[in-house]
Amino acid sequence: MKAYTAIEVTQSPTLQQEPTHTPMQMLKIAKYVVYDILRNRFVLAYMIFLLVVSMSFFNLEADPTKGMMSLLNIILIVLPLVGIVFATIHLYNSYEFMELMLAQPLRRSDIFLGQYLGMTVSLCIAFAVGVGMPVILYDGSVRGFTLIGCGLLLTLAFISMAFLATVLSRDKARGIGIALLLWFFCTILYDGIVLMGMFAFSDYPLEKVIIGLAFLNPVDLARIAMLLQLDAAALMGYTGALFQHFFGSALGTSLSFGAMVLWIALPLWFALRIFRKKDI
Amino acid sequence: MKKTVLIPLLLLCATWLPARTWTVSPGTGLSRISDAIARAQPHDTVRVLSGIYREGGIVVDKPLTLQGINWPELDGEHQFQPLSIRSSYVSISGFKVSRCGETALDDIAGIKVYNARFVYIFNNILEDNYFGIYLSGSKKCWVTGNRMTAHGTVEQNSGNGVHAWKCDSVTIADNRVKGHRDGIYFEFVTNSTVARNICIDNIRYGLHFMFSHNDNYEYNTFKRNGAGVAVMYTRHVRMVHNTFSHNRGGASYALLLKDIQSSYLADNDFTENTIGIFMEGCTRSTFERNVFRKNGWALKVQASCENNVFRHNNFFANTFDVSTNNKLVLNNFERNYWDKYEGYDLNRDQLGDVPYRPVSLFAMVSDQMPYAMMFWRSFTVFLLDRAEKVIPSLSPDNLRDDSPLMQPYVTGTTNG
Repeated sequence: MKAYTAIEVTQSPTLQQEPTHTPMQMLKIAKYVVYDILRNRFVLAYMIFLLVVSMSFFNLEADPTKGMMSLLNIILIVLPLVGIVFATIHLYNSYEFMELMLAQPLRRSDIFLGQYLGMTVSLCIAFAVGVGMPVILYDGSVRGFTLIGCGLLLTLAFISMAFLATVLSRDKARGIGIALLLWFFCTILYDGIVLMGMFAFSDYPLEKVIIGLAFLNPVDLARIAMLLQLDAAALMGYTGALFQHFFGSALGTSLSFGAMVLWIALPLWFALRIFRKKDI
Repeated sequence: MKKTVLIPLLLLCATWLPARTWTVSPGTGLSRISDAIARAQPHDTVRVLSGIYREGGIVVDKPLTLQGINWPELDGEHQFQPLSIRSSYVSISGFKVSRCGETALDDIAGIKVYNARFVYIFNNILEDNYFGIYLSGSKKCWVTGNRMTAHGTVEQNSGNGVHAWKCDSVTIADNRVKGHRDGIYFEFVTNSTVARNICIDNIRYGLHFMFSHNDNYEYNTFKRNGAGVAVMYTRHVRMVHNTFSHNRGGASYALLLKDIQSSYLADNDFTENTIGIFMEGCTRSTFERNVFRKNGWALKVQASCENNVFRHNNFFANTFDVSTNNKLVLNNFERNYWDKYEGYDLNRDQLGDVPYRPVSLFAMVSDQMPYAMMFWRSFTVFLLDRAEKVIPSLSPDNLRDDSPLMQPYVTGTTNG
């Protein structure tokens, strides 16, 4: 098969009509994105960084539980940051490549999703090797796999947000600014605001409200999933038991997983909608 | 000179005494245990062969040795008290006692001892009883190696595994209690020993005592009991080498100490409980070499506790190490190992050079607003905790360990 099968159908006279969708084209673009990212070496450095950090966490602490607790911080802070910033920068840098692709009779969604696929695959591989491998080696239990699952979903969600940030602004600096703001909001600001609200309305029964609010932030969802594994004993106390019952139940687990999937799909869908209509 | 002659002479006489052995077996001339007890002289032995005995309530009213061979079953038919002991010097072993009656008025038990001394109850199986073994007003009794299982589901309809009331110098050892209300229950029991028992899955407490002074608890295991272990209003408790684990729930404590004085708790292991030790009105007690692992709160020390000393305890991977309800702290923490300690040891004396404050801001916050637990391990909370560590404003300033150990305390060594 030749490199660009699509090029052969450029003669198609009606450009208004969208070219037919084939998953092969999307996969092909994804493949080139992965190659491009790998040439970049940043992902390799990121992978080694994760690997070194996780190995040292597990080796420094005799108890794998403590290693997991430290790793959780990395996953909740560093993973979203790297995901969103790297994806944004890379997308801006591959603007010319996108322009070239758009000149071809390819569906815009294929190009866009191909980019997304390539980006997520490379970052997820970096995460799986950097964190997944040590975790399975040192603590291959349910909580280990929960940690890996949370990390992968968070990576996907924040790359989605990066794509949204990119299509929102033509200006690279502004785009990165939006991305950083999203990260800052999800990891720090949101919890602060909710905590403040909690103090302000502490006279009211807030348990159910708080459960609802947790769904509005992917970082909180991931954190709570891990909390159930690491601090089960403390969560059983007082009203903590309510959260344990909700998030520990099959319904709660599937709901939080569903919410996480929405956090991946929704920003991407919005970004795609904008990208389709965008004047490049 | 006189004694040395007299004692062998007495021993010689003892062999002449007509101590008989009666054998009870279904289908023979002696098929009822009650008949054998009626015919027996004091200090005889009654051997009971296997079979099911439904005799209403059997009452042992003279000093006898009752031996079950191949687990004869004493069935209470959910109406009677299978075995009542109303005499001193009685030994009961090898029986299977089941299905005793159930009334809130009488406290019917599988085996109940009334005001006796020197009663030995050992190696019996007790199944599906209201109370298991009940000692009432007795002294110097032994309850060892029994296995008690009940299947109660609510507190109101089930009794305790081993229940002792107004006793002195009793020994409760090597028993297994499962599914009762309280595993072991003491009220007004003094100078007694509870050792090597295993209390699992009881509805309320694994161990529960009140007004039971000078008792010794060692090498017991209390696991997955509804509300853990609760002990109250007692002086001079000695608890060593016990294991408290997996007691979880909103009102569950591995160990609840309420109004306990001058006691000694050492070498105990607290693992994966919601609260390790909850102390209220506890004074002049020493806590040494205990290990707290993966608990929600390792210690909750209320402000009503004073003059307690916590020394050489090890704290590993607890969500919160210590929490309290007031800024007033009258207890002393020294030379404990805290895995969250981040200080340094410049002079290499194995003790950290900066004090450790085990109460985190968030432990205080979540005490007042339990649902704040949802934000635990959030980066924001981490930042708040950090700020509080630098400038304590909400957490008690004087609850601190001035000489935290750099390495976990290892029993038998002299580190720290």
